[in-house]
Amino acid sequence: MELFRIKRDLPFMKYALILNAISFITFAAAVFFLFTRGLHFSIEFKGGTEIQVQYAQAADLEKTRTIVEKMGFTDVQAQNFGSARDVVIRVPIKPGVKQSDSAADVFAALCTAETGTVQQHESVSDKGEAISKKVCVTASAEPLSLKSFDAVGPAVGSELAWDGAKAMIFVVVGIVIYLAIRFEWKFGVAGIIANLHDVVIILGFFAFFQWEFSLTVLAAVLAVLGYSVNESVVIFDRVREAFRKYRKLTTPQVIDHAITSTISRTIITHGCTQLVVVSMLLFGGPTLHYFAMALTIGICFGIYSSVFVAAAIAMWLGVKREDLVKVPLSKDDPNDPNAGAVV
Amino acid sequence: MNRYPLWKYLILVVAFLIGALYSLPNLFPEAPAVQVSSSKVTVKIDDALVDRVNGALTAAKITPDFVKLDGNSIKARFGDTDTQIKAKDAINAALNPDPKEPTYIVALNLLSSSPQWLTKIHAFPMYLGLDLRGGVYFLLQVDMKAALTKKAEALTGDVRTLLRDKNVRHAGISREGNTVRIAFREADTRKAAEDVLNAQIADVIWTEAADGENLALVGALKPQAEKAVQDAALKQNITTLHNRVNELGTSEPVIQQQGADRIVVQLPGVQDTARAKDIIGRTATLEMRMVDDSAEAQAAITGAGPVPFGDERYMDRTYGPIIVKRQVVLTGDNLNDAQPGFDENHQPSVNLTVDAKGARIIKDVSRENIGKRLAILLFEKGKGEVVTAPRINGELGANFRISGAMGVQEAADTALLLRAGSLAAPMDFIAESTIGPSLGAENIAKGIHSVIGGFLAVAAFMCIYYMLFGLISALALAFNLLLVVAVLSMLQATLSLPGMAAIALVLGMAIDANVLINERIREELRGGAAPQAAINLGYERAFATILDSNVTTLIAGIALLAFGSGPVKGFAVVHCLGILTSMFSSVVFSRALVNLWYGRQKKLKSVSIGQVWKPAPDAPGAADAAAALKEAE
Repeated sequence: MELFRIKRDLPFMKYALILNAISFITFAAAVFFLFTRGLHFSIEFKGGTEIQVQYAQAADLEKTRTIVEKMGFTDVQAQNFGSARDVVIRVPIKPGVKQSDSAADVFAALCTAETGTVQQHESVSDKGEAISKKVCVTASAEPLSLKSFDAVGPAVGSELAWDGAKAMIFVVVGIVIYLAIRFEWKFGVAGIIANLHDVVIILGFFAFFQWEFSLTVLAAVLAVLGYSVNESVVIFDRVREAFRKYRKLTTPQVIDHAITSTISRTIITHGCTQLVVVSMLLFGGPTLHYFAMALTIGICFGIYSSVFVAAAIAMWLGVKREDLVKVPLSKDDPNDPNAGAVV
Repeated sequence: MNRYPLWKYLILVVAFLIGALYSLPNLFPEAPAVQVSSSKVTVKIDDALVDRVNGALTAAKITPDFVKLDGNSIKARFGDTDTQIKAKDAINAALNPDPKEPTYIVALNLLSSSPQWLTKIHAFPMYLGLDLRGGVYFLLQVDMKAALTKKAEALTGDVRTLLRDKNVRHAGISREGNTVRIAFREADTRKAAEDVLNAQIADVIWTEAADGENLALVGALKPQAEKAVQDAALKQNITTLHNRVNELGTSEPVIQQQGADRIVVQLPGVQDTARAKDIIGRTATLEMRMVDDSAEAQAAITGAGPVPFGDERYMDRTYGPIIVKRQVVLTGDNLNDAQPGFDENHQPSVNLTVDAKGARIIKDVSRENIGKRLAILLFEKGKGEVVTAPRINGELGANFRISGAMGVQEAADTALLLRAGSLAAPMDFIAESTIGPSLGAENIAKGIHSVIGGFLAVAAFMCIYYMLFGLISALALAFNLLLVVAVLSMLQATLSLPGMAAIALVLGMAIDANVLINERIREELRGGAAPQAAINLGYERAFATILDSNVTTLIAGIALLAFGSGPVKGFAVVHCLGILTSMFSSVVFSRALVNLWYGRQKKLKSVSIGQVWKPAPDAPGAADAAAALKEAE
């Protein structure tokens, strides 16, 4: 089976201007949403308390929210998490209240609303592990159970955000340096602009849809950054090879050739990675959902940006054969058929 | 050209065997176990206790899979939960004769059921993070300012004693923040004091200051001394926490330093945050009191008479009951340090340092009580116990030692006990989380399904698209998975849900190398190369690109490893490992398989790499390409 039967080099660079314009508009839109809507940071970044509970029946989100708000918390969020029975409640930091206390209080309040009482429950799991926890019970049933609870102090949150920013800077600088050593600074700059454009677009999606931006999503964004730079590397590699091989071709033609000859690999590789990511979307559950979403957007735009953005920027920056191919200094006229001949 | 020497195959076989061996423990489920740990810092877990546990089990006619000493606890594994619960009761009855005052914590737990020979070669299952097994997590912030203030306070006292001893007249010593300020009336005295202080107290920088007419010396800790104080405080807090969490009976508590002033506590299997916090935040106190050796007290020890008025009866951890005075000579607050060392006769000793206030008191008390005994008591959970009760042989100062009739180990233990009683600096909970056990199990299932689903999808696609070469790529991918699991098991790095996502992602990214190779081989075939040459060139030319792409991915991975924490770090570890192993599996391993299959066929006519489409010679594109190629030559 062969999916790509390309007879001649596709004239990608002919459309470079239009495509770059599209890129720019998408990029501007992403920046616009980032500024107007902002990212919906998880409590890992901004601090706060997150309580995940499971009801015996489908949960009434509005009721849950009202109960928690009545306790004196403001800006309470209650959302379904994976299923209709699972609810995640997020409470921002409230000055003067110890966060860990608020979790116990919230659980108790929700339990009372279901006419249950909180009890200390000691049990042994079927595997033989002793479990001691707080449970909510009524006379006959367990209307609600605590699945997880997180509390993050404000200092930790801002530190994590700063660490994330540092990691991002490290990756960007590292890749530019690597590409500059390996190829030429123009490629380094082109590669990183193309991939930062991806990152900004991923963030733009998260801002537009107000998806939760957590540490795991940040990891996905950075992983995608490293991964899609690959793509640019592969293309640049071919550009250099083509400059060496075909002396008569112009720069846009060389780039077209490089992209055409790698397009099948690009699509197959990214397709394979996307298969894995789809598997995560299907089986990974809510925790991995946004991680996989970030990867999906990253992979799609990664292909696009490596092909259309990185190469085009390198072209605008004026990449020449001389930048990549070290021409041996020759005193002889290259058109002299007898050049170099020694009698 | 497509032959590997024997040694390369041997390396691959060895890598495969090691990979398989160290991945193996992950296949065994967890089995019920009982864990015995000490409930008091004064009680040690040792081999003698293993024998007692064995004895208790034999008496109850229970045969465990094994009983072993593992760090600070004894673990015994059993075939089923019924035996486990019976064993717990039997051990509990044997070790804790008084259920109200348990000396040992006997808890139910889980242990891997992998066979003993695997454990002997240090093959353990992967270490699962809290999000996969359930438990509680705390992040504690150590109040370093308090530790420094304490140190400055101690320094103030030391300076006062020193200047008095040397007869240097000053006009007052005070602590200001973390510095010590000494006031003087004359410049000469200040000079004299400075000389004395510089000669006697290291670690402090003295600067001259003037406040109107008053002259002063301001002493601040040198930066390295400050750092040493903070490190010591952190270490002591970690030791204390270790002793405390033992009480919760968790199987593998993790207590680690994070950054300069933070401590992470992870307690797998624990669900009860309130109780865990209570235990972690508890304070133990140390007290020094005089021993009552009077006749009435002796009678009280044997039970012949009542405990004399003003005395209390405590247990010494080695010598049994002891009667001590109610009046407290010193508390742990005055004790600055306790270290094991040697005395002038080269006998092991415990060297104690008390602060200036403590030194004054101990000087007076010891002078009046030469020949009598001084008991050091540790109060935990409201109950006191005598750690040691040495005889006073002379007048004591700020530094004194306890020596005689103890081994090196005993000295070290006693020193630890004296230090471990209290926290060096207060701590605050700054982040915490609880993950229910059912959520952990769900997360494991989700992670495994994601990995398997992704692997099968990619393998199926590769086999269809590249035929035999696709199959080889899929095998290389499986080999990579095996290596990642083996390395993670060997390193005992924490595997979290993002880590499992990283395993899946590594599979998706590692296949890139094989796609590159296979596409190159097809390209060479399209260009008219002979099959053997095409394989060789394909691998050779693809390698530079593979290296490039892995380096860029690794840059991102290392950044995450360096700056990430928590879930991001878990992701990064797997990500980086996976990139490294994929270089090996997708290039070396797949090449070995290809060589094994095709290498010996001298007149190879075709390779099974799927259909290789060649543009028809009359097509205009092909003509262009041919022309271009010609130019290049």
